[in-house]
Amino acid sequence: MRESATFNRNAIAEIQRAARTGVYDIRGWGAKRPLPHFDDLLFLGASMSRYPLEGYRESCGTDVVLGGRNASSPIHIDIPVTIAGMSFGALSAQAKEALGRGASAMGTSTTTGDGGMTPEERGQSQHLVYQYLPSRYGMNPDDLRRADAIEIVLGQGAKPGGGGMLLGQKINSRVAKMRTLPEGIDQRSACRHPDWTGPDDLTIKIQELREITDWEKPIYVKVGASRTYYDVKLAVHAGADVVVVDGMQGGTAATQDVFIENVGIPTLAAIPQAVQALQELGVHRQGATGVQLIVSGGIRTGADVAKALALGADAVAIGTAALIALGDNDPRWNAEYEALGSAAGFYDDFQDGRDPAGITTQDPALAARLDPIEGGRRLANYLRVLTMEAQTIARACGKAHVTHLEPEDLVAITIEAAAMARVPLAGTSWIPGS
Amino acid sequence: MDAMTFDLGAERLRDVNRTLHRLKNGRARLKNPNGKHSVAAGLRSPLSVVVNGHCGYYAAGMNQLADVIIEGNAGVGVAENMMSGSVRVHGNASQSAGATAHGGLLVITGDAAARCGISMKGADIVVGGSIGHMSAFMAQAGRLVVRGDAGEALGDSIYEARLYVRGKVASLGADCIAKDMLAEHHTELRDLLDRAGFPDDDTADYTRYGSARQLYHFNAGNEY
Ligand SMILES: Cc1cc2nc3c(=O)[nH]c(=O)nc-3n(C[C@H](O)[C@H](O)[C@H](O)COP(=O)(O)O)c2cc1C
Repeated sequence: MRESATFNRNAIAEIQRAARTGVYDIRGWGAKRPLPHFDDLLFLGASMSRYPLEGYRESCGTDVVLGGRNASSPIHIDIPVTIAGMSFGALSAQAKEALGRGASAMGTSTTTGDGGMTPEERGQSQHLVYQYLPSRYGMNPDDLRRADAIEIVLGQGAKPGGGGMLLGQKINSRVAKMRTLPEGIDQRSACRHPDWTGPDDLTIKIQELREITDWEKPIYVKVGASRTYYDVKLAVHAGADVVVVDGMQGGTAATQDVFIENVGIPTLAAIPQAVQALQELGVHRQGATGVQLIVSGGIRTGADVAKALALGADAVAIGTAALIALGDNDPRWNAEYEALGSAAGFYDDFQDGRDPAGITTQDPALAARLDPIEGGRRLANYLRVLTMEAQTIARACGKAHVTHLEPEDLVAITIEAAAMARVPLAGTSWIPGS
Repeated sequence: MDAMTFDLGAERLRDVNRTLHRLKNGRARLKNPNGKHSVAAGLRSPLSVVVNGHCGYYAAGMNQLADVIIEGNAGVGVAENMMSGSVRVHGNASQSAGATAHGGLLVITGDAAARCGISMKGADIVVGGSIGHMSAFMAQAGRLVVRGDAGEALGDSIYEARLYVRGKVASLGADCIAKDMLAEHHTELRDLLDRAGFPDDDTADYTRYGSARQLYHFNAGNEY
């Protein structure tokens, strides 16, 4: 037997599924295809020409200030890892609360999502970023004022150019009421903002948000990675204090599989473009007068965090990994995953509302399985490990702060990664394309 | 009580807005807006505010409780995401008037351009003249009354908002259909016209439009 590389088992299964159902596949998670990623980069530890810092003893800072350029109250987080926006609706109220608890325990921020702000997450989040999305579901000026920062969402890495969807089984009465929609319908979140088009309008929109909040809050702009160099330049011109770039591996709650796998560029390719744009505008790593870069899409380990920072990010954001830390895809639910036609480690039907771990659901019985306090504790543990791992690497490279890591600390082990990340192929001085 | 007067030609907009945000009640007059953006945006208490002149984008944006009168034309997104209170434009409005507004009453005595009432979520909008294309796109709740004509693709992908148009509709958008005017619709339209200052209109001259609810469930027949 010989498997076809072209018609491999995934391709065959998808043709069979399409022929059987007549609808495209919708799922959660992010791109599953192999892509050049942080795994393809390595650090050059200190030796003769660089001086390392001592293990876990010598101090290695991890804090970051976000959004000091225009806002009178910038956000000061203790670790360079933030929790990405995930909507109440996609996630249960308990999951949102757990994210807030875990983030706050580690002194970092969490983010609302498409569907508004819940009291549970506001109450449990020390630093809460309020997303301003095309759908404007639950968009309320009181919540805008209650937020610590505002994130204007133009797109997500999983689906640049696509709107959102939340299928009817997740629209219970609370979600429906917050979104002003009938219960149980399949809803579309708009893909375009309703009251502005293009970067010049965005400038005016940002001014409006500042006027309404009396110039107190940092304003982020989030883009899905595609034309990242231009998007970041335009976002900064429009007045963003922080730019969030989400690569194509970034998670989603519900998107067409064809979209997740075929639109956007990898996180690794997006970061140098974003950094170049910020450098050319003179706002990269400029402290309070600079524009900070947050990168997301496939961050799993402290090594990933360190590599993103070395390439020029000021902080990262995590979605999928945070859900796993809460208990998503836990083997203890394996029998139930299998009953849904999946298995622990493979479950991606976040759109479906039947999540055995009680995270991507609005079913009260399932949602009750997640204890927000226990979930928050697990997330805090995970964030602690990410931070310590990033510090370990930074110290080995001789840095007294994780954001002192730089591209010079990195090499690539594949030509593709070298070209995308713009660092030399290991053992050579060759950066393809430069 | 005398109105406080602010001269937007001389004072910084952010200072004027900040002062207005802190007032608990009372009256204010804003002179010389000269097309500035975000004039009287983010008001949050029962103030009466009159703006003498034309405004740029997002005038009275996200209004809560205040009653704002704009004596002039309004740019893009007037009263966008209004929650409550009222905004009256004595003139024409540009695109996206009342976009995503959750509550309150927006009255435009003249015409409104494209995307009027886009994604509206519970507000009432009454337009004295005509409205442009793609109006009430994805409109979720609330009522839009148009005394003149409506442009192309009215109510595309509409949810539960109710639209009343007196004149011609160039075309209806996906899933938007004409519906019967029942007694309750005549009653609510009468009330809206009266509150907007058009008591002489006959509700019998209006047609109601709303969702056919055929796009409420994602399936193979949805042609998308
Ligand atoms: C369940 C889920 C829901 C999400 N909801 C939103 C959302 O409402 N708004 C948004 O901008 N991004 C949303 N995202 C994307 C995340 O904010 C983030 O960009 C992404 O998860 C980062 O990639 P990672 O999952 O690889 O960490 C969601 C992601 C997931 C997994």
